[in-house]
Amino acid sequence: MSSADLLAVEGIHTYYGRAHILADITLHVRRGEVVVLLGRNGAGKSTTMKTIMGLLRPAAGRIVFGGQDITGWAPYAIARAGLGYVPEDRRVFTDLTVMENLEVGRQPPRADAPQWTPERLFKIFPNLGEMRNRPGGRMSGGEQQMLTIARTLMGNPRAILLDEPSEGLAPVIVDQMADTILALKREGLTVILSEQNLHFATRVSDRAYIIEKGRIRYYGTMAELAANEAVRAQYLSV
Amino acid sequence: MTVLEVTHLSKAFGGLQAVADVSFTLAAGELLALIGPNGAGKSTCFNLLNGQLKPDSGTVRFEGRDITGLKPRQIWRLGIGRTFQITATFASMTVRENVQMALLSYHRQLAQFWRPASTFHREEADKLLAQVGMLDQADRACGVLAYGDLKRVELAVALANAPRLLLMDEPTAGMAPKERVELMALTREVVRQRNIAVLFTEHDMDVVFGHADRIIVLNRGRLIAQGRPEDVRADPRVQEIYLGAGGYA
Amino acid sequence: MDFVVAQFLTGLASASSLFLVASGLSIIFGVSRIVNFAHGSFYMLGAYLGWTFVTNLPYGHLGFWGGVLAATVAVGLIGVAIEIVLLRRIYAAPELFQLLATFGVVLVVQDLTLAIWGPQDLLGPRAPGLRGAVEILGQRFPRYELLLIVVGPVVLGLLWLLFHRTRWGTLVRAATQDREMVGALGVDQKLLFTSVFFLGACLAGLGGALQLPREPVTLAMDLSIIADAFVVVVVGGMGSIAGAYLAALLIAELQAFMLVAPPFTVLGIEIVLSKMTLIPSFIVMAVVLIVRPYGLLGRPMAHARAVTGMIEPVVRPAPRELKLVGLATLAVLLLAPLAAGDYGLIVLTEIVIFVLFAASLHFIMGPGGMVSFGHAAYFGLGAYGAALAVKHFAAPMSVALILAPLAAGLGGVLFGWFVVRLSGVYLAMLTLAFAQIVWSIAFQWVEVTGGDNGILGVWPAEWASNAYAFYYLALVLCVAGALLLRRIIYAPLGYALRAGRDSPLRAEAIGIPVARIQWAAFTCAALFAGLAGGLFAFSKGSVFPTYVSIPRSVDALMMVLLGGVQTISGPIVGAIVYAGLHEQLSRLTDYWRLILGLAIIVLVLAFPQGIAGAAQRWWYRGKGEVA
Repeated sequence: MSSADLLAVEGIHTYYGRAHILADITLHVRRGEVVVLLGRNGAGKSTTMKTIMGLLRPAAGRIVFGGQDITGWAPYAIARAGLGYVPEDRRVFTDLTVMENLEVGRQPPRADAPQWTPERLFKIFPNLGEMRNRPGGRMSGGEQQMLTIARTLMGNPRAILLDEPSEGLAPVIVDQMADTILALKREGLTVILSEQNLHFATRVSDRAYIIEKGRIRYYGTMAELAANEAVRAQYLSV
Repeated sequence: MTVLEVTHLSKAFGGLQAVADVSFTLAAGELLALIGPNGAGKSTCFNLLNGQLKPDSGTVRFEGRDITGLKPRQIWRLGIGRTFQITATFASMTVRENVQMALLSYHRQLAQFWRPASTFHREEADKLLAQVGMLDQADRACGVLAYGDLKRVELAVALANAPRLLLMDEPTAGMAPKERVELMALTREVVRQRNIAVLFTEHDMDVVFGHADRIIVLNRGRLIAQGRPEDVRADPRVQEIYLGAGGYA
Repeated sequence: MDFVVAQFLTGLASASSLFLVASGLSIIFGVSRIVNFAHGSFYMLGAYLGWTFVTNLPYGHLGFWGGVLAATVAVGLIGVAIEIVLLRRIYAAPELFQLLATFGVVLVVQDLTLAIWGPQDLLGPRAPGLRGAVEILGQRFPRYELLLIVVGPVVLGLLWLLFHRTRWGTLVRAATQDREMVGALGVDQKLLFTSVFFLGACLAGLGGALQLPREPVTLAMDLSIIADAFVVVVVGGMGSIAGAYLAALLIAELQAFMLVAPPFTVLGIEIVLSKMTLIPSFIVMAVVLIVRPYGLLGRPMAHARAVTGMIEPVVRPAPRELKLVGLATLAVLLLAPLAAGDYGLIVLTEIVIFVLFAASLHFIMGPGGMVSFGHAAYFGLGAYGAALAVKHFAAPMSVALILAPLAAGLGGVLFGWFVVRLSGVYLAMLTLAFAQIVWSIAFQWVEVTGGDNGILGVWPAEWASNAYAFYYLALVLCVAGALLLRRIIYAPLGYALRAGRDSPLRAEAIGIPVARIQWAAFTCAALFAGLAGGLFAFSKGSVFPTYVSIPRSVDALMMVLLGGVQTISGPIVGAIVYAGLHEQLSRLTDYWRLILGLAIIVLVLAFPQGIAGAAQRWWYRGKGEVA
């Protein structure tokens, strides 16, 4: 792994029961980059995210984050090492208010990562600031999506995993989401996201990995991918 | 011929007016898309039609008959099929058994307790599976299917009662672009063959503008626009609250 | 009027005790999703340890309040130990395995308590400064009760502050909803769970220790309080602390007033409410659950994530090898009497009866997805149905054996109508409530059922009075019953039942009347459990309220879970293993509960899928797709 890598995933294999979901996945993410995992439903994007986060244990391979081998760590320990996770199905705590949701995510500040307070987050997510005491269950899908991201940022992470942030959102909200991710990038945050929406991914990402049937089939910069019609047709069926 | 007629439908939860005074009609052979931002009341509207929720006021008529407030299974018996946003199949059964289950119910044979279920309506089930292109996977467990294939199974199940109206909640959610086109093409074909009316909700604008005959737009529970795709696309209000500047307008 | 006030105050005091136990149960359930059967044991330990700390330490004692405090903390620590050693390993197991494990703890604690403190009831000390009584409106009222009245609301207030004004409380509430997500946000779940367990166990221990001045300490405290605590938690709404207090109040007041209600007659039958104190709380629960399925202040439970992680496997016809094993087992059962002695024959008869009992429970639990905590109700209704027919109407055995399943089936029709309206833990609790109603009737309606003394002289007909003949009679009926249930599982009715379990939404959307199918299945299971109960009555020659008790319901659960819910042969394996184990142990040692409890715990840790489930996995290993 190169010393510039913040996250390095090296040859991981993951199983669900007996089903071999991920085969030999290798990814390298540099500090400050936005990297997208592209692939269709069931290709293994979410499984990759969950494996990196320690929610699933890889059968083989190594995951290194910030120079530490985090393979096999418990999710909470990985989160405390500075890796945030935003799941695809939002999972806000519906009984808790916006402020309480943020409180659950709060972790001590970290020297080498952007530092967040609720007030700072409300500048990026103005909607949330207007509904501080509203329970998560009474927010719209788009607002919930913003809250899950804000909640993860309260842990002052060095990098975040964003699993399909545009899924199920109206086109206007998808636009806002893209602006948000670009704003976070400007703050110096490293972002690894998974997407099916190529249009959205192209707008926010620097580089892409294409995953299909649990294997990495292609990787390159967004510009290279844009120029490679064959790859797009084969794996992204566009 | 008008298959579905919705008039002044309303539903509130607590203080929130989820669906307010919504009226529209749907004709046989027509594909009608229901779109709108998150929380606009699409799901509520859908659940009022399929019987999961009872409206506070307003009526739903199917082929002239008032079906307001009937239970989901009564509505199904009248000839309304349905697919779910998150596929709902019987995970402990094979693909064929899933279809057989619907056929057993359709033929009112659920109380049979002696003959093995797998021997009922095999051919009819296989015919439906062939129609959606799933016959070669008939013996696989539903729990291990690829997502796109599950959606096809759902369609076969929904066709088991020979419906005249299909309600499809986000039929292509979570599918790759090419699969979406294929599924909608398949739906289109089935609709034409059987002259079925289809109401579907959808977030993918390519699917909506590519396949719907007509579109209705909800916002905060109210119907704010309806008409042919090109008219809806050009509607400035729809652009403002839903489509945005992202290339669809 | 004055007397009403006094009775009301007594009710308030009882409500506090009940609330302490129930709130702990509720808090633990909220976060860990574990229905902690051992919570009653914590309560009992609180009382015993309190007694020791207050009166009987070798080097002087701690005084009353010191003793209560020490007992509270000690029970909390015992809870922590149990969480770390046992529960932490099975958080990912299906909910019911956790229940099984905590019931194992109940058995272990019962025998350990017996070994340490002996079988005699212990009389508790009085609280200093709170002896005697005060006069309230001319009625003498014990001072200590006044203290208890205050304790409930104070603890309620403190808990509210803890959960809403501290970071720990916020984390606990978040974990109640989605513990995996809390972990992914950097919170150490292990520590959180252990601390929650500590708090819950402390509350139970405190409840037990505070009972010292009110009632003697006995070995039966655990199961008697746990049934009440379940009721309170369910009536109040799972996870709602305020609801638990409200429910405790409702039930305690009801009991307090019933104790002093004068007898009255309805339709010529004298009703003595003061003798039927056990029934009302369960009726309250049934009524509340029908009107508000999630309890007074409860809300629909967020589907607990990553709790089981189990995908129901496809039910395929049994492979030929399994059929051969089945035939071989049957052959062994047919030939076994040749080798078994008199005692062996009795055990074998019991085992085949339990096979049917377990198969009937599996029918609703496996394909139906309805977990019954009270299947003994139908076993008991069958047994009592047969025994009453023999005793009061001098019915011959053949008639009694027809009446047995009918009586149970009627119970199934009646109770099932309510039960199928609910699902999950609520459904399980409601079945428990109904079983307790049947038990209360058997226990308290002495004129008809003989109460604790049971009904004796329920002997088989002449032709079946020989132990061999009766064994074969039981074998034929039970094997036929189990095979019929199996047949139904593969038929459309069984498929429709499974459809309702796999996806109720989809089932309703293709015209399957899920509740009606479940009701039919519930009745069917009750019928077969009743047949098993009737046979059991004749095999023993007597019936007792224990046939309907919680331990008997748990027996059936154990058999199904040990065998594996997902396999159709599971209950058979489970019944043979469990009944055999039970029988052998109670013969060999006085401390059979201890051994059985440990065995259950070890089995749960070793085979989270059940024995037959594990065997099935092993069998299909390398045979392509499992699911």
